[in-house]
Amino acid sequence: MEKRVDWRQAPGPFAALLGPPLGWFLLFFAAPLAVVLAYSFGTNVGVADIAISGTFANYARALEPVYLAIFLKSFAIAGAATFVCLLLGFPVALAIAFAQPRVRTLLLVLVMLPFWTNLLIRTYALMTVLRDEGLVNGALGALGLPPLPLLYTNGAVILGLVYVHLPFTVLPIYASLDRLDRSLIEASLDLGASHLATVFRVVLPLARPGILAGLLLTFIPALGSYLTPDLMGGPDSQMIANVIERQFKRANDWPFGAALAFLLMYLTFLALAAQGLFRGRRAEP
Amino acid sequence: MTRLAPVPWAAPGGLTRRGLLAGMGAAAVGLSLSACGKSDEGRLNFYTWQDYIGATTLDDFRAKTGVRVTPSYFATNDELFAKLKAGNPGYDVIVPSNEFVTRMREADMLEPLDMAKIPNFANIAPEFREAAWDPAPRHSVPYTWLVLGIGYRRSRVQGTPDSWKWLFDSDLYKGRIALITDAADLIRLGAKYMGTSLVGVDAETARRVADMLGRQKPNIRRFHEDDGQDLLLAGEVDLVLEYNGDIAQRMREGPDIDFVVPREGSLINADALAIPKGARNLELAHDFLNFLLDAEVGRGITETILYPTPNAAAKALMPESYRTHPVIFPSGPGWEASEWGRFEGAEMQRLFEELITRMRAA
Repeated sequence: MEKRVDWRQAPGPFAALLGPPLGWFLLFFAAPLAVVLAYSFGTNVGVADIAISGTFANYARALEPVYLAIFLKSFAIAGAATFVCLLLGFPVALAIAFAQPRVRTLLLVLVMLPFWTNLLIRTYALMTVLRDEGLVNGALGALGLPPLPLLYTNGAVILGLVYVHLPFTVLPIYASLDRLDRSLIEASLDLGASHLATVFRVVLPLARPGILAGLLLTFIPALGSYLTPDLMGGPDSQMIANVIERQFKRANDWPFGAALAFLLMYLTFLALAAQGLFRGRRAEP
Repeated sequence: MTRLAPVPWAAPGGLTRRGLLAGMGAAAVGLSLSACGKSDEGRLNFYTWQDYIGATTLDDFRAKTGVRVTPSYFATNDELFAKLKAGNPGYDVIVPSNEFVTRMREADMLEPLDMAKIPNFANIAPEFREAAWDPAPRHSVPYTWLVLGIGYRRSRVQGTPDSWKWLFDSDLYKGRIALITDAADLIRLGAKYMGTSLVGVDAETARRVADMLGRQKPNIRRFHEDDGQDLLLAGEVDLVLEYNGDIAQRMREGPDIDFVVPREGSLINADALAIPKGARNLELAHDFLNFLLDAEVGRGITETILYPTPNAAAKALMPESYRTHPVIFPSGPGWEASEWGRFEGAEMQRLFEELITRMRAA
């Protein structure tokens, strides 16, 4: 059996390599998060102070039906956006993976191009397209059709989330398709499977890890998105991140906001664990 | 209401301090402050709203005193409060709204002002010299004031929509209404519509208002982040709950736009200049406050930002078209019935917030 190289053979260099990022992580991620976690067990005292009293009242309040309903709605909106991203992203990734090398580079750059512009600017740009007096409705008007209320709806939020997160779906799927053993596809076609059957019965199962990674990379940030529902949503498009934001700002209720934020984080962990289980079970047989 | 001519003497651009940044988040705010580093003798850090100062005001102050004022910007009072809550990161002069002056005083975040060092306070109109939201000893001086009302497109409404009914309790303008997102403002104006004072709204009334807004929700297009004037101008909605100053600025661009203070009365606000605890140069900060209250300086500021000014001496220097502008200085039964709001306390603030969150989730 091949001898595995592990850190015990070179603890010094290993520590030197891992130390700085680990220290950075502890200082700027773990420590502030611990403070927020402490806040979630706190009580407001007066206007500006929080006493860490060890209370579970914030979590009890966060589990009230109204907030659970908002969590549920956030899951539904993020789930819908992720699903649309998958429907759009898989064919795109497939096309890129099977394109000529030079074209492929160009296509990949195009997928990443939106990242060169700030999210806020992209969202405002999308809003100008959807406005009542925007591009889409302008075109409808030119055809003599009445304007559609596109902006400030749940549909607009989903569209905005798809627009923002599509690259996160495409890139991991592309990566797994790129590594795929082409001879399997050739074998499938040689043995008489149609192109469609090959995609569904050979390519799709082999690309599953990439698809799962893409779904998670899309779903998790979509679930916590705040700007898109804020700018593009209607009167009932509030997502959980908007509620959390209001606790930290307008309501000035940091303990409750912290409890909601941690609840969101636990739910995200659950999603990750579910994915891990799923993957583990697939690997068993 | 008569149609208003565009105001010719105002600065170009038309950005509004409550509008533009509201949606933009806090991204840029941290940067500007970290860039200015340690404050030395001749330097002031001024934390204010975007486009809320005269075109040359800060340069004039530098020419006069040699002190450089470095502005940085917040988009909402909440942002200002959250930023200073954990300790003053180096601001010398800030511009909170009246209810936040109360709130920040309560949290011991403001320096008491030495009024002997601000002789220009005498320029302030008598009715603004005493304020229930900042009782003596004063911790702030008024900078502008505003009143909430209904901004609307004249060609798209029937007559003058001079009642909160059209926003809160009617489907006549279904899908063409935008309300401000602020929970306390919504609840209190709803209470005003129901005939109670907007000061000291009790929990029961607040619940009734939230129920009413819940019934109205299908008719509402959007809860806006203080950018209602842009929604109106873009044609997204025909009626919007907004501040008079914001609508007055937009009337230059859209002659079809007008504003009314509903007859039930509304909420009057002020923005004030204050010195936060931890400011490094109190002497200079007082000088700057005094400078901003100067009549000529106040005129420069008002010409640019077009907000109602509490500075009587500055107002006297302004042209007739400003002094008699019916939106900047509203009159009539709605105005008569309007009240100053007060900070209702942390407990009520949270209740208002929760009621609105529930209403929006329902």
